[in-house]
Amino acid sequence: MEKFSSFDEIKKSLEKKETDCRAIVEYYLKNIQTKAHLNAFVDVYEQSALEKADQLDEKIAKGKAGKLAGMVVGIKDVLNYQGQEANASSKILKGYISQFTTTAVQRLIDEDAIIIGRLNCDEFGMGSSNENSAHGKVLNALDESRVPGGSSGGSAVAVQANLCTVSLGTDTGGSVRQPAAFTGIIGMKPTYSRVSRWGLIAYASSFDTIGIFSKTVKDNALVMEIMAGHDEMDSTSSRKPVHPYSELLHFDKKVKIAYIQETIDSSALQPEIKENTLSVLEKLKAEGHEVEEVHFPLLKYALPTYYILTTAEASSNLSRFDGVKYGYRTPNAHNLESMYKLTRSEGFSEEVKRRIMLGTFVLSASYYDAYFTKAQKVRRLIKDFSENLLADFDYIIMPTTPTTAFKFGEHSGDPVAMYLEDLFTVQASVSGVPAISLPNGKDKSGMPIGLQILANSFKEAELYAFSNYITQITS
Amino acid sequence: MKIDKESIKKIAHLARLEFDENSAEKMSKDMSKILDWVEQLNEVDTSNVEPLTTMSSEVNDMREDKVGTHMSHDEALKNAPKRDSDYFRVPKVLE
Repeated sequence: MEKFSSFDEIKKSLEKKETDCRAIVEYYLKNIQTKAHLNAFVDVYEQSALEKADQLDEKIAKGKAGKLAGMVVGIKDVLNYQGQEANASSKILKGYISQFTTTAVQRLIDEDAIIIGRLNCDEFGMGSSNENSAHGKVLNALDESRVPGGSSGGSAVAVQANLCTVSLGTDTGGSVRQPAAFTGIIGMKPTYSRVSRWGLIAYASSFDTIGIFSKTVKDNALVMEIMAGHDEMDSTSSRKPVHPYSELLHFDKKVKIAYIQETIDSSALQPEIKENTLSVLEKLKAEGHEVEEVHFPLLKYALPTYYILTTAEASSNLSRFDGVKYGYRTPNAHNLESMYKLTRSEGFSEEVKRRIMLGTFVLSASYYDAYFTKAQKVRRLIKDFSENLLADFDYIIMPTTPTTAFKFGEHSGDPVAMYLEDLFTVQASVSGVPAISLPNGKDKSGMPIGLQILANSFKEAELYAFSNYITQITS
Repeated sequence: MKIDKESIKKIAHLARLEFDENSAEKMSKDMSKILDWVEQLNEVDTSNVEPLTTMSSEVNDMREDKVGTHMSHDEALKNAPKRDSDYFRVPKVLE
């Protein structure tokens, strides 16, 4: 069978009756089996996916199928899916079976998407290389000695290696965009609150978003328009209207684009990434768009701001893992307090414990103002700057990452070096604005480069249309 | 900011975590290093800035206060490491 790299191709094949849903699911199942060593999937829902495919083939025959009939979706191991295990790649959630389904996932199922399995990631979304997982590391399909990025590494590789049509990840500080860049695919983080977080195992609630990996902008836009929108189960989810993004991809105007000098001249930036980013900006200029360099001296403070606030929120969110209600409980406890302490110390990995400790420290009474309140103030400055800039300009363009995919173990000795991987992705997370990573060529060793585009809050339609245009002028 | 092993013990208790000598040593080094790094925020003048405390633009998201079924008793207990027919079971609180 031919390779399905987009839902458009699948739909056309289904319309021409060249294939059916069962054949599509079998195609992906075979790929999953062949590529099992990449360790992208933690669980494959073979039987339920095939059953659903058969039901869909009947529905299609009757002309009653939903908008996503034929789309095969993998979901990150932090999204609850009723009746299936979810671990957030942590030992502490071993054996936990979801008793409800994430709203975003349910909305895809309601439009007849087929959920084919759950995908490996860094524990609780904490990591930039998918090396920090109770399920083991995920390999980059383009070079198996390199990381796929993180934390949604399994979700990225699943789409990269054609193991599903699209996948869901989560993006707190770059966890969709960075692995998308490392694997050469498209990764979108929506505006904060655009997609309900109900059912997502929380890491940092004022940053967490559910994002999408795909090979085409159109597939990404289609999934987003179905997932987005208010949800009674998440009171922070936005009531702003959701537009049919996939039908609004036409782009024929001249726009204003900013690029931040501090990103392009960063000493951490790999030369080929700089070159390819500048070359896109040149092309845009040649096409008659206004491209302007701007300064953002606060950029370097985005990352420390992010780490203070996310560790604080994580220390609070992860307090629910106490060995009482679900998951792992230590066999070594002699009273309640030692049960809590031993369960958590044995159940969480070192990186998760480090973040809980930092978060507990910055929230402690004596240091609250000096660290936590200070970071909340700098967050306001960064958010205001980003929003004001995006009021003057339609888009901000920057590299997604300072480097391409690195080798396993390269950053494991030094937490701060690993944190610097998120240097360019955290601005959008701290500000809450939508951002996408698009493939933008390769470096000398053949590893993909990502181009990041930011738009103002709730401008998903404009961001998708411009992204579609960029993929056309750069390909 | 230097976090010594004594402070590590205190914070660990607040977070309901435990570290042996070796890992307390490593945690103290890592945390001190990370805190030194985040302290660059002190270079930013925030004297007239209000802290940003919410990211959602939704205010007072109201709904009807109606009874609904969300999760049954059985479902809620299903994942418990230890339970009886009605309750979660935990080790003794007092020895």
